[in-house]
Amino acid sequence: MSDINHHILSVLVQNRPGVLARVSGLFARRGYNIFSLAVAPAEQEGFSRITIVVDLESASLEQIVKQLFKLIEVVKISELDPRSSVERELLLATISATGDERGQVVELVNIFEGKILAVGVDAITVSLDGFPDKLDDFVELLTEYGIVEMQRTGRVALPKLQRHLERQIERKAT
Amino acid sequence: MKITGAQALIRALEMERVETIFGLPGGCILPAYDPLLDSPIRHILVRHEQGAGHMAEGYAHVTGRPGVCLVTSGPAATNMVTPLMDAYMDSIPMVCITGQVPTTAIGTDAFQECDTVGITRSTTKHNELVMTAQDLPMAVRQAFHIATTGRPGPTLIDVPKDVLTNSMDWYWPSDEEVIDSLPGYRPTTKGDPALIKEAAKLILASERPVLYAGGGILKARAAEALRELAELTGIHVVTTLMARGAFPDDHPLCLGMPGMHGNATAVTAMQRSDLLVALGARFDDRITGKIPAFAPEAKVIHVDIDPAEQGKVRKPDVPIVGDCKLVIEELIKAIKDLLQGGSTQADIGAWKSRISGWQEQFPLHYEPSEPGEALKPQFCLEQLRDNAPEGTILVSGVGQHQMWSSQYWKFNEPYTWVNSGGLGTMGFSVPAAIGAKVGQPDRTVWAVDGDGCFQMTAQELVTASVERIPIKVAILNNSYLGMVRQWQEMFYEERYSEVYLSPEVPDFVKWAEAMGCVGIRVDSPEEVQPAIDKANSVDDRPVVVDFRVDAREKVFPMVPAGFSNDDLLLPGTQQANRGALK
Ligand SMILES: Cc1ncc(C[n+]2csc(CCOP(=O)(O)OP(=O)(O)O)c2C)c(N)n1
Ligand SMILES: [Mg+2]
Repeated sequence: MSDINHHILSVLVQNRPGVLARVSGLFARRGYNIFSLAVAPAEQEGFSRITIVVDLESASLEQIVKQLFKLIEVVKISELDPRSSVERELLLATISATGDERGQVVELVNIFEGKILAVGVDAITVSLDGFPDKLDDFVELLTEYGIVEMQRTGRVALPKLQRHLERQIERKAT
Repeated sequence: MKITGAQALIRALEMERVETIFGLPGGCILPAYDPLLDSPIRHILVRHEQGAGHMAEGYAHVTGRPGVCLVTSGPAATNMVTPLMDAYMDSIPMVCITGQVPTTAIGTDAFQECDTVGITRSTTKHNELVMTAQDLPMAVRQAFHIATTGRPGPTLIDVPKDVLTNSMDWYWPSDEEVIDSLPGYRPTTKGDPALIKEAAKLILASERPVLYAGGGILKARAAEALRELAELTGIHVVTTLMARGAFPDDHPLCLGMPGMHGNATAVTAMQRSDLLVALGARFDDRITGKIPAFAPEAKVIHVDIDPAEQGKVRKPDVPIVGDCKLVIEELIKAIKDLLQGGSTQADIGAWKSRISGWQEQFPLHYEPSEPGEALKPQFCLEQLRDNAPEGTILVSGVGQHQMWSSQYWKFNEPYTWVNSGGLGTMGFSVPAAIGAKVGQPDRTVWAVDGDGCFQMTAQELVTASVERIPIKVAILNNSYLGMVRQWQEMFYEERYSEVYLSPEVPDFVKWAEAMGCVGIRVDSPEEVQPAIDKANSVDDRPVVVDFRVDAREKVFPMVPAGFSNDDLLLPGTQQANRGALK
């Protein structure tokens, strides 16, 4: 039974005060931890898209999706199958790097096709976007040099074009 | 036309055809109370905001119309939390309007500020903080629309003081505008025809079917349809605590209440059934007992307007999302079509004789008291029932007296039973009875309360006296938090911890009189009938009857919490024959 897994929910909501509290409250009261969450305005004016990554059993997921639907501002929910969706995440990190190390960090950033945003005396700030796994690898390699500060955005995702394989759990009319 | 937000609010309530508001004013909501003076809406001034909330619930229960509360900010809003949650659990349509500190003061820990929308977010179906006067009419329309459609529930509108005093251009949004403003809210009312057909086939094929009727039948006003379905198929009906009255107790197909304190036949019929047709019921733990052991051989057809109920507890074989009335009517058509097309219904004769065998062997039972012995609570209820005028509404508190009320009353009409099922709120009955009486002024309303419950909200009898709302209250006074005492007796080796109230204080008769009611005390069985006669004859003020009942009496049958329904404990000598419940 227990098939605890990463699930990605893409939730289209009316952009109104309190909507994020309502959504996160549903997870909190059940003791589920949200792994990552990203919110921003969607293509349609007045609406936002929330991308939630959560670790859950499928049975719990089904119930929480239904409960999410009960929220008045929730217009549409899709569970995105990682195999048929595109996912991206952005990372910003300040790495301590002096002397020789600086060259090595710059080289790493180049290999990963990241960007150097700022250079200080003993640290540099870099950015990288891409598939979350790639960010994980990058972080692991950077750890050796010492990460002073880091911020990841949490993933955002959309279904892949053409292949409509994503599981549309239900659709409400917009 | 320019009017103030306060005027717009009251006008909007009038437009929603609100006749009665239950409330209590205070600083932030003050502006709204001024135009109320010129409105035809009746305002009932309560003594505690919790009372306003339960009154609104009682009113909604018996009328089907949303109950409305108007209270101020801060402590008044927090006093509303319990009734809002109560209404949410029992799907009662209710609209609560709270005052809030001015928009400019929000977030400053201003006097009587609290985060009302935050606090009530999980106790309402929806809530909204209104930030401009111009938005008020739409907020009111949305609140009523959401409270009364789909699965009904409580909504709350939080209105800052300056929103009430600012001016706005009056307008009244059309139905279309309201619906367009809520693109995420589209309740499904019509059931899927293919699934309804599948359900019809299952029903005809079943040899041991049970119709499991829940509170959704009453919310959908589907009692007539349910009766037609039962009579068409000859299938027995159980009515849950929330559905008492949805199917007449005097009907030969009625099995009464199932669950933790259900009667043995209702509990066992569900356990042994091969098909449960759940109609607006939610497989509450008080019904199922230990879930894996619940009705192990039954297929399940689950009709519910709330998709989240499908599969929440028990995975249905046929999930039908829709309004109970519409779905049952379609189901009846589908069954008739199948029968006309040559299908036949499986023989349920053997099942019916098993059921009547159980009914004969395991009726509800208590030991009547011998002369000189203490009064039995069940006896009081039988007498109240047998002397109740036609159409009497019964409202109960929470505890042993609630279970006895549900067990021993005969509910032959829908909307004659009001109780707090999901939340189990002590203190519910007195205010809810007042609300019920306001909604159905021509009916007798009896509240059956516990001595513990009564002490939580009795002050609302002052409201009832002053507002001339002549309800009747029967306190089944066992000097104990009886239901808790029962658990301590049965499961904690009779170690009674903090359940003994006091047989002397308060003096309920004097208390009743002090609140402007008639007070009557009953100690012995002989006094019961005269006291009830007297109570029934009073119609100009509330009456309180203090029935001094046997504290040792327990509620049976009982499925201990966490046990299987097969482990039902039966009263007295029946326990020895429990093997017959197979
Ligand atoms: C507000 C609240 N507090 C506590 C409880 C737990 N509880 C359930 S029944 C009960 C006893 C009720 O006592 P009483 O009103 O005298 O009724 P009785 O069981 O004696 O008939 C209690 C304390 C509750 N249901 N509600
Ligand atoms: Mg008691």
